[in-house]
Amino acid sequence: MNNDKKIFGIAATFKTPNEIINAAKKVSNSGYTAFDVNTPYPVHGMDSAMKIKPSKLGFVTLVTGLSGAAIALLFMYWSMSVDYPLVIGGKPFFALPAFIPVTFELTVLLATVSTVIAMIALFFRLPDNKHPLHDTDYMKSVSADKYGIVIESTDTKFDETSATDFLKNLNPLKIEVIYYPAEEPYPIFQPKFIIFLIIIAVVVSGGTYLMLNKLLYITPFNWMMEQDKLTPQKGSELFADGYGMRTPVEGTVAKGFIPYPYAGQTNPTEVLSNPFLLTKENIELGKGKFFTYCSPCHGYFADGDSRLRGQFPNPPTLHSKRARDFSDGMIYHIITNGQNVMPSYTSQISREERWAIVNYVRVLQRAKNASDSDLIDMNKETGSNVTN
Amino acid sequence: MSQTDYHYQKKDLPTGFSKIGLILFLVGTALSLLAFFVDQERAVFNYLVTYLMIVSVGLGSLFLIALEYIAGADWSTPIRRIPEFFAGLLPVLLVLVIPLLVFNHDLFHWAHKEAMADDKILQGKAPYLNVTFFIIRTFVFIGLWSLFYWVMTRNSRKQDSSKDQTLTKKNIRLAAIFIPVFALSLTFTAIDFMMSLEPHWFSTIFGVYFFSGIVVAALAAITLVVIYLKDKGYFSPWMNDDHLFSLGALLFAFINFWAYIAFSQFILIWYADLPEETFWFLTRWNGGWMFFSIGLIVIHFLVPYFALLSQPSKMNPKRLKFIAIWLLFAHLFDLFWLIMPNIGSMKNGYLFSWIDLVFPIAGTGIVILVFAFAAKKANMIPIGDPKLKRGIDFHL
Repeated sequence: MNNDKKIFGIAATFKTPNEIINAAKKVSNSGYTAFDVNTPYPVHGMDSAMKIKPSKLGFVTLVTGLSGAAIALLFMYWSMSVDYPLVIGGKPFFALPAFIPVTFELTVLLATVSTVIAMIALFFRLPDNKHPLHDTDYMKSVSADKYGIVIESTDTKFDETSATDFLKNLNPLKIEVIYYPAEEPYPIFQPKFIIFLIIIAVVVSGGTYLMLNKLLYITPFNWMMEQDKLTPQKGSELFADGYGMRTPVEGTVAKGFIPYPYAGQTNPTEVLSNPFLLTKENIELGKGKFFTYCSPCHGYFADGDSRLRGQFPNPPTLHSKRARDFSDGMIYHIITNGQNVMPSYTSQISREERWAIVNYVRVLQRAKNASDSDLIDMNKETGSNVTN
Repeated sequence: MSQTDYHYQKKDLPTGFSKIGLILFLVGTALSLLAFFVDQERAVFNYLVTYLMIVSVGLGSLFLIALEYIAGADWSTPIRRIPEFFAGLLPVLLVLVIPLLVFNHDLFHWAHKEAMADDKILQGKAPYLNVTFFIIRTFVFIGLWSLFYWVMTRNSRKQDSSKDQTLTKKNIRLAAIFIPVFALSLTFTAIDFMMSLEPHWFSTIFGVYFFSGIVVAALAAITLVVIYLKDKGYFSPWMNDDHLFSLGALLFAFINFWAYIAFSQFILIWYADLPEETFWFLTRWNGGWMFFSIGLIVIHFLVPYFALLSQPSKMNPKRLKFIAIWLLFAHLFDLFWLIMPNIGSMKNGYLFSWIDLVFPIAGTGIVILVFAFAAKKANMIPIGDPKLKRGIDFHL
């Protein structure tokens, strides 16, 4: 025997699973603790024969599983109820039943993945490519059809001759002494290997770059961005002046457009007459439009009490004698054409809506300056007793 | 391997065993009869809960026997006689079901002619939900269960003396026929006795829900009795802690399965939010029922889940015994939660009454008596079963 080598352990191989269970029982009963059994498949009852304590791996699963559940629930709570609450299907923001499947999945995912990683990394201590049992005849036979047991030299009770004798008493097929492999410097730090790695890296990355960007370049899908139609501000080669945007033909009238004959006149000599009847719908429409477009400056009751706090000059009241004496058409003209600092409202308010506003202004004026006969009529209708 | 002598000698059950059963049965029956005269409707509903609990233990046991045969499992062979004794409840159901059929008017809204008259939905369901067909299929199902019980256990017992291996093959074939019969009859039983209490409601997963519950109940009953008899030395060379672990692991699996199915039923109805489905759960959220609904999650899932989570707890007989009793209660609680809110006077909340407590006493008595009666005639271990040796040697 070569005495320079350090002994890893004494290995014995057996032929049947019953023998190996028996051997494991005897070895553990005689006080050895640092020993291991290698079999081609899991042998039932081995844990108790070897006196192995229950694995602590379950705690890894428990902790990571619980953290998976916590992460899922907290993240969904934060994203769905705090950061960006959205009503989905009329359910509450923190809709626990809907979160359960995701919580379940994340719990299982984290628990299983971390269990596998912990099992390989912490318990098997992999990757380990220099375990002494590697590349031995012992390992070749026990991974095929034999059952083996190794008493390791780290055991406090270990002694080469006594361990060999002990195993011999169990009638094994074969007994081997297994040595630690000779110490080798890590090949990963040799300059040759490092240069080899660098060359491989350059060749692979350069080759990949050339392949994907030069030889096999495929145009990215950008048809939606590059369209043949003319978009605003885009030039055109079709027209001599190079402009893509064209002006309509002289005299073109837009669909539904009715020209206003008095456009641009400050004091028109004649105006249009009101084409709309004073119906309830019409007044309601006028009220809405008045509130939206007129009331910011004129006030809700056309008193000229602006809500703009002096950011824009206050208009005069519409209840003055002059304003009340305006014809319907004149008010329409002012809305359409603008007056003094008031701009034209043709782009905001349609023709019908402008007439409706005129009608509503008439209602306001009459309400504010009610005559005695108006009051008598009102008292008759409502049964109240209001006097001027 | 081990040199233990596997010579079986029949030991009778402890004498106190059937005595306790008889006392429970007599006391429970007397109180139940009194309850019947105090409040007939409530008594009939409570009777239904206990009846379905007995169905659960008996039918679940027969299912587990069939599962052992069809899956070729050998770990459970040494304790297979326990579910066989429990399955002896199935022929008794032929008698136990009669009060439910007599008082169907108290139980089922659809059994009322005047209610059917102006209800389009119930008229549509009338070809299935009518008293005649109901009675016929109830007896057909119980008859089928009893038949399979009788043939399968007879084969099993014959094997004790004849050691004939073909009997195992026969039972495997029977089990293969029984499983689909079981699936269908169980689904229809769940629909008939529980879902049809609220005939406007429907849930396609309801049969599976009941299935998940009955397997938990049967496993819990088997585990309880196995541990009880093991403590008394009935299984001394025949089983070890690894058998207990397997029972515990199966319990754990079926608790999870129950929770999975219960949640599947709930979330589909909750998400769709259709009034014709949600009212069933809303009834179970009225008044005191809310605590029953929350309690069901805690009792039937959370507590047993964490109690059985670790490996040692599945092997610890004391804890397993406690969990088995707990889960039997949990299944009873589940049935109570399914059935009792259908009483008209309790739709708006639970009202306590002593009547709810007396029927399970009589039920427990019946289960113990039937178990003792079945165990008297047969061996506790299937000594002729070819799988027995491997079952005894079972190790994790």
